[in-house]
Amino acid sequence: MSYMNQSQPNTHQPYANAYQHDGKSAETRNLKPGELSTGTTIMAIPFENGVVLGADSRVSTGTYVANRVSDKVAQLHDRIWCCRSGSAADTQALTDYVRHYLSQLAIETGRAPTVKTAAHLMRRLCYENKDNLMAGVIVGGWDPVEKGSVYNIPLGGTCIKMPFAIGGSGSTYIYGLVDSLYKEGMGEEEAKQLVKKSISHAMARDGSSGGVIRTVVVKEDGNTREYIPGNELPFGP
Amino acid sequence: MASSGSGYDLSSSTFSPDGRIFQVEYASKAVENAGTALGLKCSNGVVLCVEKPLLNKMLLTNSSRRIHSIDKHSGVAITGFVSDGRQIVNRAREECSNYEETYGTKIPTKVLGDRLASYVHYFTLHGSLRPFGTAALIASYDPETKDHALQMIEPSGVSYQYYACAAGKGRQPARTELEKLNINKPDKAENINVREGVKQLARIIHLLHEDGKDKPFELEMSWLCEESGWEHKGVPRDFIKEAVDWAKKDILETEEYESDEDEEMED
Repeated sequence: MSYMNQSQPNTHQPYANAYQHDGKSAETRNLKPGELSTGTTIMAIPFENGVVLGADSRVSTGTYVANRVSDKVAQLHDRIWCCRSGSAADTQALTDYVRHYLSQLAIETGRAPTVKTAAHLMRRLCYENKDNLMAGVIVGGWDPVEKGSVYNIPLGGTCIKMPFAIGGSGSTYIYGLVDSLYKEGMGEEEAKQLVKKSISHAMARDGSSGGVIRTVVVKEDGNTREYIPGNELPFGP
Repeated sequence: MASSGSGYDLSSSTFSPDGRIFQVEYASKAVENAGTALGLKCSNGVVLCVEKPLLNKMLLTNSSRRIHSIDKHSGVAITGFVSDGRQIVNRAREECSNYEETYGTKIPTKVLGDRLASYVHYFTLHGSLRPFGTAALIASYDPETKDHALQMIEPSGVSYQYYACAAGKGRQPARTELEKLNINKPDKAENINVREGVKQLARIIHLLHEDGKDKPFELEMSWLCEESGWEHKGVPRDFIKEAVDWAKKDILETEEYESDEDEEMED
């Protein structure tokens, strides 16, 4: 698992003319032409005995919506999931690697890996390959050591354990909302409602987020997937 | 007892007709000639102990270590070829450090034992290498499961977890003594704790040197327990001294008791 990090000099030219970017969004400037972006809203909140993860479902190439019902919440292990944002290809590749390493680790240690370990692995990959990746990931799940926990791994590869995490392009519009509504010690229903409400608000304002809301509730005894179609959103469109 | 290799013992990549690899067995012999190492898994921790014969009067005491920490939460005691042991300790340190760097948590006991065993085993497979002439006793604590464990790795590359284990010159009498201790009782509360364990190990080592004509030796002890904050540390020197004093007294008392019994029987 060693990616020799040969640092390439950053060849991005600063824009001499402010309008040189042709009105394209900040995100698409960094993507290759035609590359898919999960310009997104993702979110995860731990509650008493588990974690709720939620995401929208829009995948875009520029202004074209390539997939309006995609699944951005991926399973890494039995009780460990992650929300993906950024380049769809990059996050899918990362998810596949971490899934592979976690399954090998589970066999070697004889027990389920912890969310901390999964987040750590994801972070290693994101950090060591930061020059070639554009991926913001939220890892969340349940393990016997920490119970429900959530780790935010934004661009660049920091890994921070947080009481709740939001990410993706749509998250910028809901920082205030989540900050004001979040309370410590929420139960499962409260956490789920907060996730659904916040993502709805983000989808209403962010052009790169939309479609349906997919949530996963992860607890010791199992995972429950839910889906809210676009016409039943708590807020918006 | 030792059968002649008669040509099948020249390389560790040669089996004998009766299915043995003599080089690996000879490596175990090297361990059997060295100072005794003991390990004890107590109810609230693990104790490691190595007896170092002082071969040279000019030797500075406490300078040559047999017990090494390989991470905060684990330590290794080696006996046999000390230089071979250094290799194992270094590899163990690398494994611990790599695991934590990759997975973000302390290496679990079983994984460490398996990896070191694989490493030791590797040297028994290649004709151009020789097996390690060392046995390694690993004491380890897993912060996630809150479990402590004792493992031993032999030159053949096998690794087992033990309640108590012994390697080196005095392992046979040591094992007999260790079996008498309360370490595997079904009612966990009856098992001895680390403080008692330190004393018992000191006693066992001194029992092995009872005949007095043996050369002077040094005792190195370490523990990994609640009292040490689940960090692998040397047993405090004054406690070792206390344990040794108690051990000598206890051995004397037992001898007197036994000689009293003998006198009665003669009447």
